[in-house]
Amino acid sequence: MRRALWVLAVLLSHWRRHPLQLATLLVGLIAATALWSGVQALNQQARLSYDRAAALFGGARTAMLIDPAHATFTQAAFVALRRAGWPVSPVLEGRVEVGGRSLRLIGVEPVTLPPETAAGPAVGRDDLHAFVAPPGRTLAAPETLRDLGLTAGATPRIDQSAELPPLQPQPHLAPGVLVVDIGVAQRVLGKPGQVSRLLVGNTTRSARELPESVAGTRLRWVAPDSETDLARLTDSFHLNLTAFGLLSFLVGLFIVNSAIGLAFEQRRSTLRTLRACGVSARLLNVVVVIELVSIALVGGLVGLVCGYVIAAALLPDVAASLRGLYGARLPGTLSLRPQWWFAGIAMSVLGALAAAGASLIRMARLPLLAAAQPDAWRRAQRRWLLRQGALAAVMLIAAVGVLIFGDSLLAGFAVLAALLLAAALALPVALDGALQLAARGARGALPAWFWADSRQQLPGLSLALMALLLALAVNVGVGTMVRSFSVTFARWLDGRLAADIYVSAANDTQAIEIRRWLAARTDIDAVLPGARTEIRIGGAPVEITGVADHATYRDNWPLLRATADGWDRLHQGDAAFVSEQLSRRLHLDVGDRLRISGGWSVDVVGVYADYGNPKGQIAVGVDALSRHFPETPQTRFGLRVAPEHLAGVMAALREAFHLDARQLADQATVKAESKRIFNRTFAVTAALNTFTLGVAGVALLTSLLTLSGSRLPQLAPLWAIGLTRRRLAAIELMKTMVVAFVTALLALPLGLLVAWCLIAVVNVKAFGWRLPFQVFPAQLLELLGIAMLAALLATLWPVFKLARMQPATLIRIFANER
Amino acid sequence: MNADRALSRRGFAAGLLWLGLGGARALAQGFAGLGGEAAGFAAVTPGRKFMFPDDFGAHPDFRIEWWYVTANLRDADGVAYGVQWTLFRQAMAPGPQREGWDNQQVWMGHAAVTSAATHRFAETFARGGVGQAGVIAAPFEAWIDAWRMAALPPLSNAAFAPLRLQAAGEGFGYDLRLDAERPLVLQGEGGYSRKSERGQASYYYSQPYFTATGHITLDGRTVAVSGPAWLDREWSSQPLAADQTGWDWLSLHLDGGDKVMLFRLRQADGGHYFAGNWIGSDGRSVALASNAIAMTPLGFTEVAGRRVPTQWRVAVASRGLAVDAAPLNPRSFMATSFPYWEGPIVVHGSHDGVGYLEMTGYRDAG
Repeated sequence: MRRALWVLAVLLSHWRRHPLQLATLLVGLIAATALWSGVQALNQQARLSYDRAAALFGGARTAMLIDPAHATFTQAAFVALRRAGWPVSPVLEGRVEVGGRSLRLIGVEPVTLPPETAAGPAVGRDDLHAFVAPPGRTLAAPETLRDLGLTAGATPRIDQSAELPPLQPQPHLAPGVLVVDIGVAQRVLGKPGQVSRLLVGNTTRSARELPESVAGTRLRWVAPDSETDLARLTDSFHLNLTAFGLLSFLVGLFIVNSAIGLAFEQRRSTLRTLRACGVSARLLNVVVVIELVSIALVGGLVGLVCGYVIAAALLPDVAASLRGLYGARLPGTLSLRPQWWFAGIAMSVLGALAAAGASLIRMARLPLLAAAQPDAWRRAQRRWLLRQGALAAVMLIAAVGVLIFGDSLLAGFAVLAALLLAAALALPVALDGALQLAARGARGALPAWFWADSRQQLPGLSLALMALLLALAVNVGVGTMVRSFSVTFARWLDGRLAADIYVSAANDTQAIEIRRWLAARTDIDAVLPGARTEIRIGGAPVEITGVADHATYRDNWPLLRATADGWDRLHQGDAAFVSEQLSRRLHLDVGDRLRISGGWSVDVVGVYADYGNPKGQIAVGVDALSRHFPETPQTRFGLRVAPEHLAGVMAALREAFHLDARQLADQATVKAESKRIFNRTFAVTAALNTFTLGVAGVALLTSLLTLSGSRLPQLAPLWAIGLTRRRLAAIELMKTMVVAFVTALLALPLGLLVAWCLIAVVNVKAFGWRLPFQVFPAQLLELLGIAMLAALLATLWPVFKLARMQPATLIRIFANER
Repeated sequence: MNADRALSRRGFAAGLLWLGLGGARALAQGFAGLGGEAAGFAAVTPGRKFMFPDDFGAHPDFRIEWWYVTANLRDADGVAYGVQWTLFRQAMAPGPQREGWDNQQVWMGHAAVTSAATHRFAETFARGGVGQAGVIAAPFEAWIDAWRMAALPPLSNAAFAPLRLQAAGEGFGYDLRLDAERPLVLQGEGGYSRKSERGQASYYYSQPYFTATGHITLDGRTVAVSGPAWLDREWSSQPLAADQTGWDWLSLHLDGGDKVMLFRLRQADGGHYFAGNWIGSDGRSVALASNAIAMTPLGFTEVAGRRVPTQWRVAVASRGLAVDAAPLNPRSFMATSFPYWEGPIVVHGSHDGVGYLEMTGYRDAG
């Protein structure tokens, strides 16, 4: 034990002499752990809140019964089914306005609520009496109370008419949701005796045993989803984050790898001396592992704290994107589980051990008295290159295979991963080839040495260069994808947001008043009524949007393909356009037939882009929609107004009907808001992208530091034959810049390939839309420049050290031949 | 206390509504409250004239009420079974009955089928006002979900027969016809069941003379069965004292045609209170003197983590009754929201017969 401590002390003394190296090692560990655990924290937080939302009275976890033709149906169906022995429980859901905010109001019946719908946390059994008996309770998440500026016990008014029961904070609830007794919900929503759905508790009976009609209602059984709607919709988003987190982790490990490699290189003599002093190889190995694990623990802990900071910093952006894209509400504060800490530490330690694997194995086999080995690097290197090349080929074949046979989002990412790995593995081969080619053209001893030495440097630099390649390629790929999306999205917004003013009345009565008021004005060019309702097709929610018969839509609607008479057929009522997402999901295309509800089937006459909408959408004539779904609120319409009247009309509308920003908006505002959401969505991606590139730069720096130490024996003879240190430094700089440049050049096509994968495979699977692929040369040049700058910065210091190196140090190389 | 504390047994059971729905805390508060004033609820007073079929139905002005049937059945091979059907009503608040979901009544149903090897049970809850559960006096129907007890016309108002009794749950079900020739038995003083200590009382009548015939299903096997059944109807506003920890209750169908109901109330101070009724073959219900009753546990069963006395020696000196009671299935445990033991028993000794045993308030094993 004592001996082990002594050995440990000797080993640790190395770090005291090389504090910078220790710092590099820790930076690698911290960077790897921080980025990975930060992303994990974000994902965990998001999933937690989806679970909260889903646990809400059978979001999607429970089988349920709905009336496909109507939003609500009679509760007599509930009683009839109960009396037939079905364990059903009624839910009525609607939206209410409280203090200008639109909230989801859910009415439940706690006595019959199946325990497995996770009602437990929502309606505590202790509180049942207070919940059910007048005045009842309104349960809401503490965040919701905070948002509303209300405290427990307050009775918020809604719509000037009704008042909700006293508020009671309920930490388990999702934000933006109010839960009341079903009786209260029926009163507040003005739907006496009506329910939205029936939750089905645990039963051995199946959908087939359901009667055709229950209390005059034809109910449809919706099977439970293993995943929630939100989880499914946001899966791609989180997979994106995870992929980036993993990439950062790996790049961080590159740093750890080179730092440990350097330390090993430098401690080689110490280790040998220790062995010669009688320390057994086993003890030495154990102590080295202990040292490594201790450092990894420290790095991991600091990394976790940094990860927390990163997650907390990114959370607002992530929350905003999720809200904007999917309507998913995330609480504004992070809450972390103990598992997160353990997982983070474990990742750090395992990562450090993996990164140190090669060095550890080499050390374990360290011969006690190794003679200085004349380098047989050439033969060794050829074997190494062959192996790398073969592996790269295998990965490439795997990528192509998955691309052809895979048909899921995960497969899309697998293609990306295989592609990137193949490229990384092939990089040394490609560089070696390029350098060999250059060497052939070299005239004179020095250039020949230059190229040959560059080739010899490859194994040591290759990991760092791979990191650079991956970081760059992913940057190019994601950058191209985001820019393509941005351009397409802007064009699409122009098409979809064709009206000048958007009005959403509080109810049908107000809508009629507003329309009468509008008709009396002369500065309105057109009123475009719209309506929207939601149905479920194949268990997933689908929006139906009603479109007015007006040139505004005909001219601007972002149709991807359509029949020539599409618009005419649409307004006849027997045809529809479907969104690209829905067309992909249901394998629908122009010419197919789609059953919307019981008695309404339509021909698909067009497919249109509907970016950013997680739900599928069907566009039909607005008249046909009101005919088939008479209860659809007629409260939304767009106005065409000449630009000079815009401000006047807006002001007059606001004045006359007390409309707030939610109910009345002009085109510019809506567009700005949409673009803002879009930008925030990719803010996270951009941030992670930058982190990754930064980490790759650090990896390059540490690799070069490692090399600069170990390569002195090669440089010293050159100095001895008369090359100045300055000249040597210039050559070193040149070499690094050349290989970095070749790497960056290789990263560009690879990045475009990544972009293509993201656009043509991942996006399609994740979101259901395909963007036109565009290349932005200026962006590529910019990235190339950044990469070269990173390489230059990483090289400068080692080169500077070399230029200022004491001649004595160089002389000592000859004395200290190892 | 007098014999009419029989109310306590079902009263506590009706408290299941709060136990089940409200949890232990609500129970404590609920019963502390129930022990005192029954403010706003109808009072139980002597001299009430029972009117049938009206009194088959619910009395929502009273706080609690139940319809309770147990049956000791045998199939053609003589294999014994037990059946339980229970509907409880409890009002959350006094006052006029409110419409729809605002209605203040909460309903609870328990059902079970027991054989020597198997005990299957289920429970369900409902709120009043919407039709998921309720009781109609005429034509009589009491239901919660798909469980029902309903008149098979023409119904005799005097005997409250014939009735059809149905329930089903996971692994069990039954559909029985209940017939009776003899009239209902009004307990206590013409159906007024007094509790002498605090002046508490209930309205209480029984039909111990039912003969049940029909089918039961147990784990997928359906058999034809018949045997004696016992119905209790009781309603009140002040059901229970706060210092009771539980009770041991039994009803007996003796071979001679006499019917006996006995119970032992266990008090927090360790004392016991005995009470019971002897219903002779003439149909008269006579309260038994407390000191004439002896109930002694003979054997215990560990079930659901509790040690429950499932074997008893039962004696009523004044009637020459001295029998040993053994359960058909010692594991007849109702692991419902408020758990208790309830199952069929067989007695041998001075008299032979069958009956039902119910025990509540046994907590941890040991």
